[in-house]
Amino acid sequence: MTVDQTQKACGGCTSCAPGRLERYGLATAGADYVVALAGNPNTGKSTIFNALTGLRQHVGNWPGKTVVRAEGGFSFDGRRYRLIDLPGTYSLLSNSSDEEVARDFLLFGQPDVTAIVVDASSLERNLNLVLQVLEITDRAVVALNLIDEAERNGITVDDRALARDLGVPVVPMAARKSKGIKDFLQTLAGVASGEVVCRPKRVERFDAEVERAVNDLVRALHENYPGLPNARWVALRLLEGDPSVVHEVQNGTLGEAAHGHRPDAEVALA
Amino acid sequence: MSHADILRLAARHRERLGDTLHDRVVEALYSEAGSIADKAVSREGQRSKWAFDLALDRILTSKTLGIPAMILLFGLAFWITIAGANVPSAMLGDLLTVKVLGWLQAMAAAMGAPAWLSGFLIDGVYLSMAWVIAVMLPPMAIFFPLFTLLEDFGYLPRVAFNLDRAFSKAGAHGKQALSMMMGFGCNAAGVVATRIIDSPRERLIAILTNNFSICNGRWPTLILVGTIFIGATAPAALASLVAAGSVVLIALLGVIFTLLVSGALSKTVLKGETSAFTLELPPYRPPRVLQTIYTSLLDRTMIVLWRAIVMAAPAGAVIWLISNIDVSGQSIAYWVVSALNPFGLLVGLNGIILLAYIVAIPANEIIIPTILMLTLNLSKSALAQKGVMLELEENQVRDVLVGQGGWTLLTGINLMLFSLLHNPCSTTLLTIYRETGSKKWTFVAAALPIVLGLAVCFLTASFFRLMGWV
Repeated sequence: MTVDQTQKACGGCTSCAPGRLERYGLATAGADYVVALAGNPNTGKSTIFNALTGLRQHVGNWPGKTVVRAEGGFSFDGRRYRLIDLPGTYSLLSNSSDEEVARDFLLFGQPDVTAIVVDASSLERNLNLVLQVLEITDRAVVALNLIDEAERNGITVDDRALARDLGVPVVPMAARKSKGIKDFLQTLAGVASGEVVCRPKRVERFDAEVERAVNDLVRALHENYPGLPNARWVALRLLEGDPSVVHEVQNGTLGEAAHGHRPDAEVALA
Repeated sequence: MSHADILRLAARHRERLGDTLHDRVVEALYSEAGSIADKAVSREGQRSKWAFDLALDRILTSKTLGIPAMILLFGLAFWITIAGANVPSAMLGDLLTVKVLGWLQAMAAAMGAPAWLSGFLIDGVYLSMAWVIAVMLPPMAIFFPLFTLLEDFGYLPRVAFNLDRAFSKAGAHGKQALSMMMGFGCNAAGVVATRIIDSPRERLIAILTNNFSICNGRWPTLILVGTIFIGATAPAALASLVAAGSVVLIALLGVIFTLLVSGALSKTVLKGETSAFTLELPPYRPPRVLQTIYTSLLDRTMIVLWRAIVMAAPAGAVIWLISNIDVSGQSIAYWVVSALNPFGLLVGLNGIILLAYIVAIPANEIIIPTILMLTLNLSKSALAQKGVMLELEENQVRDVLVGQGGWTLLTGINLMLFSLLHNPCSTTLLTIYRETGSKKWTFVAAALPIVLGLAVCFLTASFFRLMGWV
């Protein structure tokens, strides 16, 4: 069956129409959506990045940091996406420059969707990062990668149970074998356009003392910045004394994070 | 409520919550992640490989057995090294410092070379290089492949894991365990490896304490002195075991000093919070034995040996010159050693050892050969008058040091302690300067271990005197 025939046979069905992905490589201008790619090291994040953007990508440093930053573009279903590869990290809590870059981009760069790549063989460790990302953003997709390796090790992951518990879509993938890329793109598009609504899991179970401090701060934050989407996370960062969040509060620029894209988000990207 | 109020509120809460906030947040996240993963993941069959890893990790990273297992493993490596290095060391010593030396001297005599020239080149430059090879090559050729095998097997990250708790108690970064492990190979490399630590405060602590990791240049000194002074006190059957034990003890002492000094620094001049990090324990892999032996011989043994030889040649020349140029009837070396002797003996060492540590600033590798040459040159014994002919069998090293140098068990023990606690070599100091960009901290890195070393040696010597052992 040729591609032509396939297209005819499938007609208007949009679930698996072939060839809708166009790799743009370096061309990231005029993107409709910004997608951030997060994940632990060694989870196949780069494989997915390359599969989506092609081999041509813009590689530079994050401003003021010696952390490599790669970005590229692609279009899917007529929409153009700009994909930012965040540094591979195990968490977003420490003060290493890798984690700082990833954390600040998610918090202040305000991507439309954050894709979190996880290794199906060591789900528990990977979920630590997922939960932290979900504290910051509510538009996320989990790419459950390396399922082929997990199967070989006798591990099966119930992706639907996982999606239910996390409150965001979960797409099983084996990116090295190009399995699941299309599902992943479709889900990404759904979340970006708002068709798929996420209700991300937020950790609500800190001990009473921490809870009290967090709630106290959240109240104060909401008073000043109504509609701040990730007040709990911001409160936690303030409790830890995170300098970039403290800076945003001092400037009063934190509030702009509450209203979608900020004017300087694009500058931060450039 | 203004922006400043929010920050004040946050600061107030932060103070009340104390240092434990980070751990409590991480704990909540982990338990959440664990319970979600438990529900979603099911495992069946084909777990043999993982089960093996888990079982092994249950021992090697266990709270109670982890550290004893670590001591046992490294002890085993040293024991194999000490037991195995005896015979080849003696053979090499015989070949290089007796046969080849005799042949060279005969050739120089046949060519009618002037005595000062042949003395300078053969008794100075050649002999120091020959001793470096004879003393260092056999233990290195055994120890480095063993160490690389452990590394290849995936054991070193487990060591970091075991030590993490101790480092965090000391107010230092857990990754310091990794730069410390690197320091066991080479302190300069260990100092560069501290780049993985992001917090400048914790990085500086790691740099300043890296010298407490016994480096390649110092292992042979410890192994040799441990064998001829400590091992010799035990019955013959147990000698190499006791010797290995003494080397492990010194290495452990180094780890203890790393922790104590890190703790002291982080409580005084380098105060601050400890940051968290994630350490991935890679799966155990069957080590590739042949490849490991091949690469560790080429990459480690030969490189370290080459550096030692290159440094030994000028050092040998310097030693020969200061032993043979006379000022008012005695050699320069004599005057320097005599000047250093009272202080040296006070701290349970001697003037020759102190002078050797000055000559050996470029490379710790040449300490033992330098001490031997100085001892022989300075004692106007029959041996020395014959030239510096000496077969480098371990018993004879002991004979020279005890007989001509007046060494005791205390000198041996204190040399081992001082080998652990003295200034880093010049390469490491240069690296520290490049990494910190600060003359002040480079000076601290050099002065701190010397002061500690002299103090510890003095305490040991005082204890020996108090007990009437010397």
